[in-house]
Amino acid sequence: MKKAEELINQEYKYGFVTEIEADTVPPGLNQDVIRLISSKKKEPPFMLEWRLKAYERWLTMKEPTWPKVHHPPIDYQKIIYYSAPKQKKSLSSLEEVDTELLKTFEKLGIPLEEQKRLSGVAVDAVFDSVSVATTFKEKLKELGIIFCSFSEAVQEHPDLIRKYLGSVVPANDNYYAALNSAVFSDGSFCFVPKGVRCPMELSTYFRINSADTGQFERTLIVAEEGSSVSYLEGCTAPIRDKNQLHAAVVELVALEGARIKYSTIQNWYAGDKEGKGGIFNFVTKRGKCAGRNSKISWTQVETGAAITWKYPSVILQGDNSVGEFYSVALTHNYQQADTGTKMIHIGKNTKSTILSKGIAAGHGSNSYRGLVKVLQKAAQARNYTQCDSLLLGDRSSANTFPYIEVRNRSARVEHEATTSKISEDQLFYCRSRGITGENAVSMIVNGFCKEVFKNLPMEFAVEATKLMNVSLEGAIA
Amino acid sequence: MLEIRNLHVTVGEAGIEILKGINLKVGRGEVHAIMGPNGSGKSTLARTLAGHPDSNVTQGEILYEGKNLIGMEPDQRAREGVFMAFQYPVEIPGISTAYFLRAALNAVRTQRGLEELDAVEFLGLLKEKMKIVEMDPGLLNRPVNEGFSGGEKKRNEILQMAVLEPKLAILDETDSGLDIDALKVVAAGVNRLKSPDRSIVLVTHYQRLLNYITPDFVHILLEGRIVKSGKKELALELEAKGYDWLKGEVHV
Repeated sequence: MKKAEELINQEYKYGFVTEIEADTVPPGLNQDVIRLISSKKKEPPFMLEWRLKAYERWLTMKEPTWPKVHHPPIDYQKIIYYSAPKQKKSLSSLEEVDTELLKTFEKLGIPLEEQKRLSGVAVDAVFDSVSVATTFKEKLKELGIIFCSFSEAVQEHPDLIRKYLGSVVPANDNYYAALNSAVFSDGSFCFVPKGVRCPMELSTYFRINSADTGQFERTLIVAEEGSSVSYLEGCTAPIRDKNQLHAAVVELVALEGARIKYSTIQNWYAGDKEGKGGIFNFVTKRGKCAGRNSKISWTQVETGAAITWKYPSVILQGDNSVGEFYSVALTHNYQQADTGTKMIHIGKNTKSTILSKGIAAGHGSNSYRGLVKVLQKAAQARNYTQCDSLLLGDRSSANTFPYIEVRNRSARVEHEATTSKISEDQLFYCRSRGITGENAVSMIVNGFCKEVFKNLPMEFAVEATKLMNVSLEGAIA
Repeated sequence: MLEIRNLHVTVGEAGIEILKGINLKVGRGEVHAIMGPNGSGKSTLARTLAGHPDSNVTQGEILYEGKNLIGMEPDQRAREGVFMAFQYPVEIPGISTAYFLRAALNAVRTQRGLEELDAVEFLGLLKEKMKIVEMDPGLLNRPVNEGFSGGEKKRNEILQMAVLEPKLAILDETDSGLDIDALKVVAAGVNRLKSPDRSIVLVTHYQRLLNYITPDFVHILLEGRIVKSGKKELALELEAKGYDWLKGEVHV
């Protein structure tokens, strides 16, 4: 076992930059840039139309001002909307991937050579604006599972894309979703056919490398009747003193009896101790339980990013469908998080569970914002919400903003919230047993998060625990 | 092993002086009982030895194996072999008792230049140690002290002592809140942990614990000072006469 102490004393270890020649478009956003992105990706005309429509809508929209976060204005004309590492024209196998890229992912702990991977995890690796490799594609194909980059899906499976793209998060859903719909450059696509249980974890690893580049990726997962899939995403970025924008959209569709489990470990560069730099993580994630007895479960561990704005949600349309949201959000130094979920109960006997654990240290600001909405026809709908906040030090803050709208009398909605501080007594107890102050803090925090971590796939639960230790470095003075 | 010289301690932000010049010598392998009524400063003394941040030493010295403990962090003291069994053990939600104990043991072992134990080795050791306090193995998988009864919490404290093998163990009112059966089990556990290399300081209000753990020396603490020291018979005398008997000695 690696000593927790070593982990605590680590700096952000993913902060390096890969030197690689890139195909980059000039900064700025207009119709031409969108056309350029679309043509670079050799997209069919319907995609370009979709993008341009989204762009028009975006022009009429305003940034949301309701989140409890603050940042200097973002100049959207200074962002680079497309940057791709230069590679051979088309890659037929992993051997053709640039060795610098392979090395980068190896260094991030994501070796792309299949024999080196954890058996049972397939990876789509996204570097800046493009997917550079997808592992285990062939093996999955034998089962009829499609797992590939979004760009490839647009070309190879246009009908599926046409059918499901924007079906959960419409292009004009919100400011950042509209921006993403106009300029998204890549991401992952996953399709699990009827009755198939995906035998391995699928994952996407997002890496931002180039300076001044925004990353706008889309993930679309469709699980047909009776199928199931577990999906994980991880993300990191180099240390830079300027903020960078990451505005992603994730859409999940679960048909009758299907199950989708989506786990996120978000470790974007968070900015330095004075709050300089870091990623703005403005993300729209939503799943639709379209069929009866379907289930969508979100688990997120948000430890990075200067600002996190995201509300992975579930539309419970099918009768008896189940939505879950398990979240740990940690803000340290000057990090800000406004995160939570929306559970929209439409079908009968729909059930949702929300478990949110917020930890704020340093000057960190941590807000839970959640909506539970029960529509008229959602008889016997049930929701249970628990929001716990843990404060370290006396300059951090935690807030809870629950919104509850119930239009059916038979619904049952419960909400519990607690806020606590790490007590001196707990710390002293641990220390009087020989455990250092920093290890004691991470132990107490990990204990606080345990109910969420236990929902993560095994390997990632270990990763999450380590990550918490690193992120809390210096949290006790 | 332990030598306390003219120890003055204030507590809290108000800075009220609780200990007003304690002198105490504890030799290797000895068992000392510190007795005193409520508010005499017993628990403050125990907490000061363990390094509680609320205890401010304003004067004096605490020498442990020749090293001054004052200014040493509580976790460092623990790794050096000082252990305190808490009067009110703290709950740590989400962390299993077994995990907690292993983290503590490995911290102490590292200090002693020993290899860390992996989960399997540790469980083997723990099994042996649990016999000492007759603890229910089911408690090991439960979060530290969460939902434990008063007796289970105290057993857990003695179990931790058994696992960490301190050189100096301070038991802060380990008898409080225990019924007679639990008291016997806990006392038997402490007796089994007595050794020529381990000194034990028992802090207690009542004599009854001393029926089961025989001290070599008894000290009576009143209003922040040790007013009388003697052999185990002193405890019996105190039991018969009550603390009022010594009130006159406070200002001597």
